[in-house]
Amino acid sequence: MLRISDVTCGYGAKIVLNGINLEIGKGEFAGIIGPNGSGKTTLLKAVTRLIKPYKGKIYFEDKELYSIDHREIAQKIAVVSQNLPIISMTVREYVLLGRMPHYKNLQFFETESDVEVAEHAMTMTDIMKLQDSYMSEISGGEMQLALIARALTQEPWMLLLDEPTAHLDITHQVNILDLIRKLNKEYGLTVIIVLHDLNLASEYCDRLILMDRGQIKKTGTPEEVLNYSDIEEVYKTLVVVERNPLSQKPFVLIVPEEVKKKCRR
Amino acid sequence: MMKKRTTKWTLYIFVSIAFLVLVSIISLCTGSAGIPVGKIISILIDGKGTAEYSILLDIRLPRVILGFAIGGALSLAGVILQGMFRNPLVEPYTLGISGGAALGASLCIILRLNQIIPNVAMPLSGFLGAFLVILPVYLLNIKKGILRMHGLLLTGVMISFISSSLVILILAISRTEDLQGIIFWIMGSLEEPSWVLIWTACFVSLACLALSYLFCLDMNALTLGEEEAIHLGIDVEKKKKLLFLIASLLTGISVSITGLIGFVGLIVPHFMRMLVGYDHRVLLITSFLSGAGFLIFCDMLARTVIAPVELPVGVITGILGGTIFIYALSRRLFL
Repeated sequence: MLRISDVTCGYGAKIVLNGINLEIGKGEFAGIIGPNGSGKTTLLKAVTRLIKPYKGKIYFEDKELYSIDHREIAQKIAVVSQNLPIISMTVREYVLLGRMPHYKNLQFFETESDVEVAEHAMTMTDIMKLQDSYMSEISGGEMQLALIARALTQEPWMLLLDEPTAHLDITHQVNILDLIRKLNKEYGLTVIIVLHDLNLASEYCDRLILMDRGQIKKTGTPEEVLNYSDIEEVYKTLVVVERNPLSQKPFVLIVPEEVKKKCRR
Repeated sequence: MMKKRTTKWTLYIFVSIAFLVLVSIISLCTGSAGIPVGKIISILIDGKGTAEYSILLDIRLPRVILGFAIGGALSLAGVILQGMFRNPLVEPYTLGISGGAALGASLCIILRLNQIIPNVAMPLSGFLGAFLVILPVYLLNIKKGILRMHGLLLTGVMISFISSSLVILILAISRTEDLQGIIFWIMGSLEEPSWVLIWTACFVSLACLALSYLFCLDMNALTLGEEEAIHLGIDVEKKKKLLFLIASLLTGISVSITGLIGFVGLIVPHFMRMLVGYDHRVLLITSFLSGAGFLIFCDMLARTVIAPVELPVGVITGILGGTIFIYALSRRLFL
């Protein structure tokens, strides 16, 4: 579905991604992990055309990304970014903005079916009760849900998420990832998600892409990628990798300096 | 839910139209010679030749029509720019257009061009000045097809400073008989003898209003930020350039015909945003209508407050607009 071929890009003279090759299949649930500054967000930005690669090409459905019309892309790829909207519109109005790529030329008002799609997205994300609240009045977790609802309202084939669980408590983290997982399983939605939390990535993703200094260090199942030698090399931090007793997925534990000293003695 | 919104929007538009019509009628009636409301129509129909007829048709009506066009144009430009920059302090004059126009007009006066070709020379040189200033502002900030908004704002402000310094320089070296002309032009006035120019202003501002509606949804998406707008499938760079063009045209035409009438483009859009909300589908038209009404009202005050002396209309828009705005803002904070 998405093929990134030898892409090099960055901001001005600063090269952030260097020769990236990656393929994401239909219906995949792929997680991008890596330390700060390793190019995770930049990779997403390249896919959403926010920054143009210096070298290399990105193909979506075998079409070169920059040959596709803006609106057509937005009909197929939806993005949940880290910019939280700080404006005075209601949740409902905000979610309805997601229908914009589907409007015809000179269509100024949403149709009945547009409203239905938006309401369905709000029901799925459980924010129907908030629909008349203002975006500025709801909590961080609720806002994150509204962002996802807006992305779902686009009825995309592929959903890109940039740390949707940052700043959220564990209840919201699990709720949001469960929801995305469900959409992936039930509707075959292709998901690419940037996650900082290695353990959440391990539990939810089918495939992990470990990034390091603008390059892909390793990709594979959580079991293949999350081993202590690779993680220690990329993150330069001592870790212990165990298994979650229930899901059997790898589980990365950090080791504080004090404990390290104690162990050495 | 949707029905509720439609009713609300219709109400907003209806109220703005009512305000505009009311203000226009009051403005036609008041002046050194009071004309009763009921008599307006009968004078217009069969009063040809009378003094009242010529007062209405040659003195007051042109001002009302020009006030409609310019007030609407300035506040429409304000709405577009504030939405585009996502900055409520941006106004049509921020981008340096006004400074350029003032420079052009003052040059025209000291070079005596307005005596060679009267009526046309002033607006034309104002427009040329505006155009010559906005061109470098635009070109300096376009890099690889991307219009940099921050740069646009900063260059615009700097160019405004430069051109106002140049205007002061011109004032300092110009002859006393020219001084008054330049100062009066800078202060702005709806006094305009040429019907051609009045209708041009009217046509341009209404055409731009219609044109801006093609972009109302794009502007809604842009309120979320440029990145989000791209995610919603909007060709942001193209739309930004077109919107910038519309706003510049509106401002350029206003400034070159009436001089610098401040505050309308800043306060009216801001005020309407507070009342009507973010949605440009209703914001554009209501801002246009109430901006038009506001300017007609201010002009009426300007020529009646200390009649027979006429105050510069910019004084009234500033004092009245600023006061109402601060009042509204403080009310909102306490509520």
